[in-house]
Amino acid sequence: MQRIIRNRRARGYLIQAVVLAASLLLTLSFILTARDNLVSQGIATGFGFLERSTGWPINFSIVEVTDRSPYSRMLLAGFLNTIIVGLAGLAGATCVGLIVGLMRVSSNLILNVLGTVFVETFRNVPLILQVIFWYAIFTHLPSPRGAIDLAGFGFLSNRGLMIATPSWSSWDLLILVVVIIATIVAARRFGGDRLLTKWGIGVAAVVALATALLFFGHDPDTPLISRPELKGLRFVGGATIKPEFSALLIAIMVFGGAYIGEIVRGGFLSVDKGRLEAARALGLSTTQINRFIRVPLAIRAMLPALTNQYVWLMKATTLGIAIGYPDYFMVVSTSINQSGQTMELLLLLMVGFLIINYTISGSMNWINSRLAIKGRS
Amino acid sequence: MTDASVSRPPPLLDSRLEILKKRLFSNWFDGIVTLVAGSALVWIVVSIVDWAFLNAVWSEAEASRCREVSGACWSVIEARGRLVLFGLYPSEQHWRSTLACLVIVLTMILSCLPAMWGLKRLPALWIAGFGTFVILMYGGIFGLSVVTTEQWGGLSLTVFIFAGVFVLGMPMAVGLALARRSKLPVIHWLAAVFIDTVRSLPLLTILFAAAVVVPFVVPHWAQGDKLGRVIVAFAVFYAAYQAEIIRAGIQSIPSGQEEASQALGMSYRAVVFDIILPQAFRNTLPSTINQVVITFKETSIVTIIGFFDVTASASAAVGRGEWGAYYVEIYVFVALIYFVFVFGLSRYGAYLERRTRLHHG
Repeated sequence: MQRIIRNRRARGYLIQAVVLAASLLLTLSFILTARDNLVSQGIATGFGFLERSTGWPINFSIVEVTDRSPYSRMLLAGFLNTIIVGLAGLAGATCVGLIVGLMRVSSNLILNVLGTVFVETFRNVPLILQVIFWYAIFTHLPSPRGAIDLAGFGFLSNRGLMIATPSWSSWDLLILVVVIIATIVAARRFGGDRLLTKWGIGVAAVVALATALLFFGHDPDTPLISRPELKGLRFVGGATIKPEFSALLIAIMVFGGAYIGEIVRGGFLSVDKGRLEAARALGLSTTQINRFIRVPLAIRAMLPALTNQYVWLMKATTLGIAIGYPDYFMVVSTSINQSGQTMELLLLLMVGFLIINYTISGSMNWINSRLAIKGRS
Repeated sequence: MTDASVSRPPPLLDSRLEILKKRLFSNWFDGIVTLVAGSALVWIVVSIVDWAFLNAVWSEAEASRCREVSGACWSVIEARGRLVLFGLYPSEQHWRSTLACLVIVLTMILSCLPAMWGLKRLPALWIAGFGTFVILMYGGIFGLSVVTTEQWGGLSLTVFIFAGVFVLGMPMAVGLALARRSKLPVIHWLAAVFIDTVRSLPLLTILFAAAVVVPFVVPHWAQGDKLGRVIVAFAVFYAAYQAEIIRAGIQSIPSGQEEASQALGMSYRAVVFDIILPQAFRNTLPSTINQVVITFKETSIVTIIGFFDVTASASAAVGRGEWGAYYVEIYVFVALIYFVFVFGLSRYGAYLERRTRLHHG
């Protein structure tokens, strides 16, 4: 025995066997206890429950769900809600971050100060507190009767933001797809390297899209634009953006923007000063230096950190549960409470987030490898 | 043209006024930006000062004036501040909660001093600080009455969760980092899968699993109370991130050092604790501080799974009744509490970054 313990290789095998056995035993005991509990509660394992109807509604969804919808559809609605608020949040946070980051690297003292104050204020307060704060602001707005009129664009009240929407028919999707394909083909065929032609094609595509939607896109007997109108105690027409969505979106935009602002700043600061001086010595103008040297190099330096930040922000959308935004996590946890199918739902939750995370990091890595300077590792 | 005006070189350093001019009005566009952004800045500062100081009501006695003024109603802090800071902790025992908070804050400040950085000193300090905190909060000895964890709340709960996560998570992180670098394939892969899985999940789902699912899969005798479970789960989450930081620190040490110490016949333990870990920690101090800052902010997530930390008690303080209209004041108050901790820590991190840069050229 002593010899085995002294022997390096034998000891290595022994340790590995013990660790492996211990982790297998632990997993096995979890499964057995869970099965005991399930049996005693009379819950059948398996994914059969996905077809049962839920019996509870959610207050926000882009696919149609009612309290009769099956679990599978409810989970899909939650998943889409996570994707929507996540993508909108990432886009918004990137815009905010770009502005704040540029303010912080600009030579103007006052822009520096404003950018720094923004970053330090919103980065140092927990996201969940900000979510709750914005939600409180939105729900303390006046009721629909005293709604704030946003100069014809819509109304803001404690029920959410009511905005006017174009009333489009089912032709829209077809038109949209056709125009997008036509644009891509045209850009490939005629665009080449000339920036002006590319812009021209882009403008033409937007004009074509607008005209097509205007003439064919809506049913002849409905108005072109559906405006929200006050009828009694609530608004009719248009579309409503719920306060839960707005609060979560703004919080993610502001909090994520503060972090992304720092990434943008870091990216610009990482550009070697010598390269900028060399460009100036070669007689490039400031615009040219920014366009060909500074921005491309800065973006390459930002991408890895940006990937991490995107994945992090996407996970942070789960905090929406604090204000009742029915994202994937909230739907899963409500389902666990209602159906008791703990293990299955937890597995679905993990799979859902793994898909989201790997999609983000995969596509960011693809962009990264496309942008990488050729001829370098 | 005189000789003097030709030969005099431009001054090496611009005068302050010239620097200011360069940074505010370098050309006409810059000047416009300065004017617009400057007036926005002035407007923001003036409205904040106006709201928070000039038109504010300060004491609870004057609370009736709150409806009339346009500024902040700080009376709500006097009326509800204790709820925010102490939660449901018995009010005659609030001094214990205060003292316990101070102990942890003192421990944090002490562990920031370079004199305390040692693989023996630092754990000793934290175990002492944490132990004192638990004795003060829980009681049961020295004639202190017992206050169960269900009654803990407010700032001391936030600080307790943070300290617990740090104290439990750090050793776990060291273990995970070493396991991931192990030459034994089973250990290496188990650690890698564990770390990557935990890192890909949102913290909230892990805490939720600890609060709701663990009672389901763990035998009754091994469950512990809900707060304990949540802190352990949070520590696991922290450890997964911290382990990667430590691993990066270990990788930044030239492998020759490890080989040299093995050649000298040092044991594995001596190599790890005397050669590798001290350097790994020093190299990764800024990112460690950053992770600690994030962890402190994320303690607020326990609000969602039903704990009464400082964020939850803020919501409770304005949730219903007479003070409901003054939610902004309460949230600003709580935001300031977090800000003091987090800003302090991140400034300290920036200082460390400068310091290490100076030492390593």
